[in-house]
Amino acid sequence: MTSEVNSSRSSEGPAPRVGLFVTCLVDLMRPNVGFAAVKLLEDAGCRVEVPELQTCCGQPAYNSGDFGSTQGIAQQVIAAFEDYDYLVAPSGSCTGMIKEHYPALFATDAGWRNRAEQLAERCYELVSFLHDVLGVDALDADYGDSVTYHDSCSGLRELGIQEQPRALLAKVTGLELRELNDSNVCCGFGGTFCVKYPKISEHLVSNKIANVADTGAGTLLGGDLGCLLNIAGRLKREGGATKVFHVAEVLAGMAVVPAIGDGEDGQ
Amino acid sequence: MKSTASEFKKSARVALVDPDLQRAMGFIRGGFVEKRRAVVDRLPEFDALRQVARGIKEHTLQNLDFYLEAYEKRVQANGGHVHWASTPEEARDIIVGICKRAGAKRVTKGKSMVGEEMAINEALENAGFEPVETDLGEYIIQLAEEPPSHIIAPAVHKTKDQITELFHEHHARYGYTERQTEVPALVDEARQVLREKFLSADVGITGANFLVAETGSSVIVTNEGNGDLTNTLPRVHIVTAGLEKIVPTRDDVSTLLRVLARSATGQEMSVYTTFSTGPRRTDDLDGPFEYHVVLLDNGRSQMLGNEFHEMLRCIRCGACMNHCPVYQSIGGHAYGWVYVGPMGSVLTPLMVGLDSSGDLPNACTLNGRCQEVCPMGIGLPGMLRQLRRRQYQDRLTSRTSRAALAAWSFLARRPRLYRRIMGAAVATLAWLGGRRGRFRHMLLAGGWTSVRDLPAPQGASFQNQWRRRRGNSEP
Amino acid sequence: MSGARERVLANVRAALNRAGPLPDSVTRTLQGRLTRPRANLKPAIGDDPLAYFIQKLESVSGKVTRVESIDRVADVVAEHLERYALGDRVALAPDPALDGIPWSNRLMVERRAATGDDRLSVTGAYAGVAETGSLVLLSSPESPTTLNFLPDDHVIVLRESRIVTHIEDVWARMRSDKMVMPRTVNFITGPSKTADVEQTIQEGAHGPRRLHVILLAD
Repeated sequence: MTSEVNSSRSSEGPAPRVGLFVTCLVDLMRPNVGFAAVKLLEDAGCRVEVPELQTCCGQPAYNSGDFGSTQGIAQQVIAAFEDYDYLVAPSGSCTGMIKEHYPALFATDAGWRNRAEQLAERCYELVSFLHDVLGVDALDADYGDSVTYHDSCSGLRELGIQEQPRALLAKVTGLELRELNDSNVCCGFGGTFCVKYPKISEHLVSNKIANVADTGAGTLLGGDLGCLLNIAGRLKREGGATKVFHVAEVLAGMAVVPAIGDGEDGQ
Repeated sequence: MKSTASEFKKSARVALVDPDLQRAMGFIRGGFVEKRRAVVDRLPEFDALRQVARGIKEHTLQNLDFYLEAYEKRVQANGGHVHWASTPEEARDIIVGICKRAGAKRVTKGKSMVGEEMAINEALENAGFEPVETDLGEYIIQLAEEPPSHIIAPAVHKTKDQITELFHEHHARYGYTERQTEVPALVDEARQVLREKFLSADVGITGANFLVAETGSSVIVTNEGNGDLTNTLPRVHIVTAGLEKIVPTRDDVSTLLRVLARSATGQEMSVYTTFSTGPRRTDDLDGPFEYHVVLLDNGRSQMLGNEFHEMLRCIRCGACMNHCPVYQSIGGHAYGWVYVGPMGSVLTPLMVGLDSSGDLPNACTLNGRCQEVCPMGIGLPGMLRQLRRRQYQDRLTSRTSRAALAAWSFLARRPRLYRRIMGAAVATLAWLGGRRGRFRHMLLAGGWTSVRDLPAPQGASFQNQWRRRRGNSEP
Repeated sequence: MSGARERVLANVRAALNRAGPLPDSVTRTLQGRLTRPRANLKPAIGDDPLAYFIQKLESVSGKVTRVESIDRVADVVAEHLERYALGDRVALAPDPALDGIPWSNRLMVERRAATGDDRLSVTGAYAGVAETGSLVLLSSPESPTTLNFLPDDHVIVLRESRIVTHIEDVWARMRSDKMVMPRTVNFITGPSKTADVEQTIQEGAHGPRRLHVILLAD
């Protein structure tokens, strides 16, 4: 499939070199999101590489109070990505970690803090990168279903991501976007929270699913796989039929594999 | 108040299936949350005011010793007394002493969270006095013998029906025998019952939203009028306040009032905002003859300048808990102490001890809504993470979670080993997931699968597929 | 007890990394902030403070009646008493601004502080604040605080010229009037209320059930 993406920067200067930060959840649970990200970035005129020496952004250690291990992981990420024009990740929470928290991690180490700050300036979540930096305003994708969108907390509050996914979804042929009531209320994932406090998490995710059901949309999208695994897992447990995809999969026209939590028969 | 924060998990589980509590918490959305949003939308200068307010508090904290002494001088010049207390015990002794010297019997109380913090009611009762809560919410929980579940609306966990039963049971002795089911009648009955208490009180104890260094005044922000009846009718007025309530001038208070009322109840101004300065003047026709301020430290001074410093900016508006999805689900009692929700999850470990309140910093998704609505821009999620850091350093976390975390961090820093091991693991899980694509049960993942299905991994990891497709041609 | 004072202040200084009290140059600056206070940011309220004041007060269930002369105050109060069946006794503040009101003979008007049985009080006010629709009352022998809280209904007589735009203007006026702080400064914004029962707003909690402001043209 040839590149049919229009972007405001596609014809000016050399292609930006983008290091894709895959994220551990995409890498292990749903590689399709990673390939969708690559396609979107390449179609928009980027040269995409996937540094081998990456695994995780360090959030599990960080949010568990193990700042020492977090620093080690952060140093690995910084070293692997600092020579690229951009670091792009299909996740608001991982991007927020690298952008907002890495510099603070090295408060007492000027050298590493400097490197962290340099990287933070070139670090973007995928959808906002496509929209805000590359100026993508047309997509070669269709998705003939009604869709509703969940705003994940870190993407929304740390990075201000709200308009961009909606603007790009509007460019997908056949897609009908319905706003989700309380789209900006936490889904109850919260990293280790959802397994440490499963009952509270259950209450929150059930509320989220009730709101999704109220829209009558056939598909739920979001920008963070953690949220989506949580919501899809609970949907299946409750017997719901809504399809759950990462927004990148739909934008890239690659939502043709079974949705999150679905079997091969699409159920 | 004795902390039961160590029972958080059990209390939370009970709260989640309590239909009365869930019904009561449901009113918060249309109440506090909606009202705040509407009133903030109406004020274009709201964010600018927040910045100014934050600056006022920061300036004051940086010079706290100066402002405390300046405040004390002014109170004394107006004929009032300032008492200093390092601990809740010292504060209790001071207050009981004042009441004894006043020959008191009945003590009316305006709402004071610091009063709860020092457990003053129990101390007053033990010393033979009769403390009477007069804020309607505090009165309700006093009748129910329960702790507050919210710092602004202490009885927010009660339904109207529960209040009906409480009044029916406790007001009979005053001659009110009819069961009142409607809000106007309930409030009116409370008004009449408490009127008699107000008029016969010997001592009145109020909290303070602010203490003003410029004039030696204490400020209360209320709607019911009970605070004013408490600080005007008795012979003695006692103000209880934390050190951090100091604000330099009346003009500074004016700025803070604008963000406090809006953030707390969605009002532009509370019905009664009162500046109290000393005892009655010589020719006054009413007012107390004695004015005492009890300043409580209880760990606040330790928070200055460290990673929890920002918490001292808190003006006790309650916006954080109103917007917290966890608080909305479980209510305030699960937090086990005076301060609840996000701000309670920071203060309780600091004031009562992290080892007996270990769940509080962890029962948070770090979603950040609290910080977003905080009028003082307090970085609550960051401080909860700092508490988790203390737990990790002090080895207060469970051995299993430390081991799991250590294993993950070990692998995460060895990408090639990670790729091989995790790659094999997910490929296996994908195969096990088979055609169904998800698991109802998963070994070692009970926390997940007790509540959700676990979607199966798609297959080989992204990195492994990428290496195969692109033939290892990259760094 | 003084032990606690020294302990607390020492803890505060230690936490702020100070060996002792602040140097004189700093305290002089800080003292200046206290003796020459300045207003911070004031929100815009448009160019008709009187209309703004009335709108704000009415939006929180304050009743406003505009009259041309002080004589009319007697009629308005009599109407209020009758409308709400409050009897015939008025607790009137000993405020000179309320002298000479032609009260009806049928009313018992007593100039004193309030008692627990009072149905209606009439007081003056030091100022009105347009920004919030608030009345500002300063305690004094002419304005006892109990008149503001004990009676069922509270009537305030306020001259239109006493309305200022913002809360800070009250402090500015007190400073230019060279007034020291009295025992209480009450900002009153509507009748008393509570939302403690299922977040339902209910007026008439412990303070007055109704607030009626009679705005007197200058």
